[in-house]
Formats: sequence, structure tokens, C-alpha cells
Amino acid sequence: MLAMNYRGPKRVRIDQKPIPEILHPEDAIVRVVRSCICGSDLHLYNGNVPDTRVGSTFGHEFVGIVEEIGSDVHKLKVGDKVIVPFNISCGRCAFCKQELYGNCHESNSQATAVGGIFGYSHTAGGYNGGQAEYVRVPYADVGPTIIPEGMDWDDAVLLTDVVPTGYQAAEMAGIQKGDTVVIFGAGPIGIMAARCSWLFGAGRVIIIDKEDYRLEFARNYSQCEAYNFMDMEDPVVFVKKTTDWMGADVCIDAVGAEAAGNVLQTITGRKLLLQAGSATALHWAINSVKKGGIVSIVGVYGPTDNLVPIGNVVNKGLTIRANQASVKRLLPRLIDHVQNGIIKPKQLITHRVPLEEVADAYRMFSEKLDNCIKPVLIPPTAHA
Amino acid sequence: MEEQAKDYSHINGWGIDADPKNDPTYPMKHRTNEEHKGYSWERPPQQPITMEVLHSIERPNVTAVYGTAMPPSGLSGMIRRFAFKHSENSYLHWLPLLVADRVNVVEGLIEDVAEGKVPNIFSEKGYSADWDHNRSGLAVRAAVGAAVVGAVVLMCAGEKNRKRWFNQLMDR
Repeated sequence: MLAMNYRGPKRVRIDQKPIPEILHPEDAIVRVVRSCICGSDLHLYNGNVPDTRVGSTFGHEFVGIVEEIGSDVHKLKVGDKVIVPFNISCGRCAFCKQELYGNCHESNSQATAVGGIFGYSHTAGGYNGGQAEYVRVPYADVGPTIIPEGMDWDDAVLLTDVVPTGYQAAEMAGIQKGDTVVIFGAGPIGIMAARCSWLFGAGRVIIIDKEDYRLEFARNYSQCEAYNFMDMEDPVVFVKKTTDWMGADVCIDAVGAEAAGNVLQTITGRKLLLQAGSATALHWAINSVKKGGIVSIVGVYGPTDNLVPIGNVVNKGLTIRANQASVKRLLPRLIDHVQNGIIKPKQLITHRVPLEEVADAYRMFSEKLDNCIKPVLIPPTAHA
Repeated sequence: MEEQAKDYSHINGWGIDADPKNDPTYPMKHRTNEEHKGYSWERPPQQPITMEVLHSIERPNVTAVYGTAMPPSGLSGMIRRFAFKHSENSYLHWLPLLVADRVNVVEGLIEDVAEGKVPNIFSEKGYSADWDHNRSGLAVRAAVGAAVVGAVVLMCAGEKNRKRWFNQLMDR
């Protein structure tokens, strides 16, 4: 089969690999119809996540058709069209039972902080991902959800990560009616977090980024205010000023390790890897939120340390809430929202690229070429 | 309060998920206190361990399922094995893994050449996307690259050669 093959920082290609096999009675093999490149894939692509092995296939956002099932799979059958959450979860451990499906304790041998994630390095379990024609999906009775009649592939693929992560960012923010929400990062997750903040009754939603085309997109899609931090002397002062000098009720970090905007953070976090990515967005979030406010983090960082003003978290009495999205928990509600037209995920897709051109797609997304917001890869088997 | 008086009717779905109970633990976690019972759940059947699977020393075992992508091998594998003798709490875990990743890149190049494959770096780096959408950026990058390579070649050349090349250049 064709699959993306990681060769080193900023180098990927398409190669032939063996079709995956059932290795556990609860496995399924899924033929991929759509897969996305996620902003967090860029952390892998740039070589910033430890234990990213050459030869691995990335891709944690994919949907497809069940091709084969293991002997102990009962809820799926061959031919079912499925949304596959990016988390691999057993459904039985103490954490899954509490609906913390991103923190499963039976899917990632290599690290205890996070559960298994498809195509996200050995630090997330060493699974091959969905930027391929076929994927092995463990615990097939737990995560995969049948795509409802009438929902198209493009909407479905964004329910694997983008929509749940954006929604959970707003949910974790504990937004109360009338709150001012400031979101750092106008990538797909930030745009979705802005859209979902309204669902929780936000009074004002502001998104901050440095790419004008993304800000313009956010302004239209999320119906929010959008500002370029390159036009500001200091984004924290900007937020204070625009909130009557109080700070935002809630700030969301939707950037993570690739953040721009602070030379020290960029050099130590992105260039020298002396910290687990550049924590500029988190730094700004902590300093922009009002006293007693909430900072919600969905931006992805590496497993080591970051420079953030933790003293201000204490002194301002902040609550920090963070996690990988618990996709399975959120899917029923989000499927309703998509079917009722409240969330329109596929409008985020700006580029549909054949899987064979995966290297160009990574480059385009990474360098923000051609006003790219969200690229979707389409494997040849999608048309089978 | 002033904000609540605003009209949000133009925003489809405004407030439909608003929940005054949303405090710092709800609804992220459906509290069952399962974890108080310790490592006691009925584990799924174990995926047969047919390859080397490194596991964190912060857990007692390999998880019931595991990924089979690229088991450790070669020099990078040796470094990874060393890393996994240390906990996730230690730099001796993470920094060797980053080193192993870089060593692995060189191993990948050697493996390609050994298989008679010459890596197409231009294609692997996706430069045709630049060619399509950022041609001037690509030209600048190529010029800078050529200048750096030229400078390195010049620095590596002996004093005698450097003078000869310079004189030839001037003669033109």
C-alpha cells in the first residue's frame, strides 16, 4: 500500500509499505478515505517530538471503511464507514471509565502521560497513522464511530480531532454567559475554539495570530474579532486595554510548541530544542487573563519543560485546564451539532491533495503557502 | 452584565451548550474514583509480543496493545534502550531519544543508499510546493544556499588556490 514515510526533520515521502494485519482480537483494518495533516503533525515533521523514528507513518485524523475485523469485534462490521478518534482507548482502564479517553492506560507503553495516538511517534505508542491507504485500528469496538447517514467524508474527518479539540478548548475554559474569550492561534483548532466559544454563551470572542489570511478566515467563519499581534507593541497590553484593563475572563492556547512572537522562546524552544517547544502563546495567555480567570490549553507541547510565568499563575489565582480532547466522549454532541448545521467543519478545508503529494502538502501547510488552513489527503483507495 | 444584554441572534447556536455547573473538574471527568482501586481493572487480552517493545519504567508492563512501527534497531536503537532505563521524569530519558532520532536520520540515508535508492531531497522536502506558490522565496533560499556552499568551499581551499581563483575572477 502507499503510505507516508518520515525520513527526518522536514523530509517525508510516499513509499510502498505492507498492508497492516490484525494483531489483536479487538483490532480492525480500516481503508482510509480521507486523512488530514494536523498542526500538531508539524511538531513531528520538524523533529521536535522525542522518539520520532525514521520510517514511521504519521496521521491521527482519518476516516474510512472497515475492511477486516478481529475475532472479538462486535460493534463494527466489514463495510462500515467510520470516524476514527485520534485517541486509542481501551474503554476498560480507570481513566477510560472516567471518560478520559485521551489518557488510556492500555494503549501507550512508551509514556504514561498520554494514551496512544495514531501516527504520533513512539512517545504516543508507536502506531502507524492514517496518512496511508490502510490503518490498523486497535480496540475497534471502543473508539470508531459509524458515520451517520448523510454526513459526508469531509465533515466526518474533521470530527476525528479538529472539532472535538476546538470544542473541548472552549468547554475546559468554563465559559459563562457574557465572558470575554481570547484565543491565541488562528489555525484550524483556534478557529474552531472561537466558533465553539459562542455555543457556551461567550459575550465576546477575540482571536490573535500573525497571519492575516487566517485572521480574515477566522473573522468570517467564527464571527469573532481577529487581530494581528505583529501590529501590536505587546499583545498582553492590547488584551488588557480592550477589556477595560481587567484582562480576559478566559484565554485559550491553541498554538502549542510552534508559536512565534518571542525571539527568546523561538530560539530556545524551536531552534535549539532547549525547551519543549516555544511557549509564547501560553505565556501570553497566562498574562492576558484576568485574576481568578481560566487558561485552557490545547496547544501541543513536548514532554520536557517550558518557560512559562508560573509565578503569575499563583499570584493571579488562575485555573489552568488542559488535556488532549476526549473525542469519544464528545462525538455524540458534536455529530448533532454538525447534523443541525450549527458547526460546519468542512468549510475549514482549503486544500485537497492526493496522498502521493504528501511531501508538498506538508511543505505547503508548514510554510503557510497558498493561504493554507487545512489540507486533506486523499489516497487512491478512496475511490475504490 | 452589559455583554449579556447584547443580541447574538446572528450567531447560530449561541449559548446552546452553556452550563453554569461547568466548574474546574466538570464535565472533563466523569468521576467514578476508579483510580482509587489502583491497577485493578480487567485488562484486555495481551497483543502477542513479537518484537522488542520498549516501555516506560513508570509502568510495570507493556500495554495490552502496542504500535508495531519501526522497532528499535542499530545505533539509534541502542541509544533508545539506554533512554528507556530512565524515567519520563529524567532528562536522561528525553535527551538521548532526541539524539537517537538524529542518528536515525543518518541510518535512514545509509539504508536508502544500501537499497540502491538515492533520496530525492528536493522532493522529500516538498520544494515543488514552493515552486508552485512561493517561487521568489525558493530563489532566495537557493541563492543563500549557494552562497553558503561557495563560502565553505572557498574557506576549505588552501591559501594558494584561493589566491589563484581570485586572480582568475579578476582577470575576467
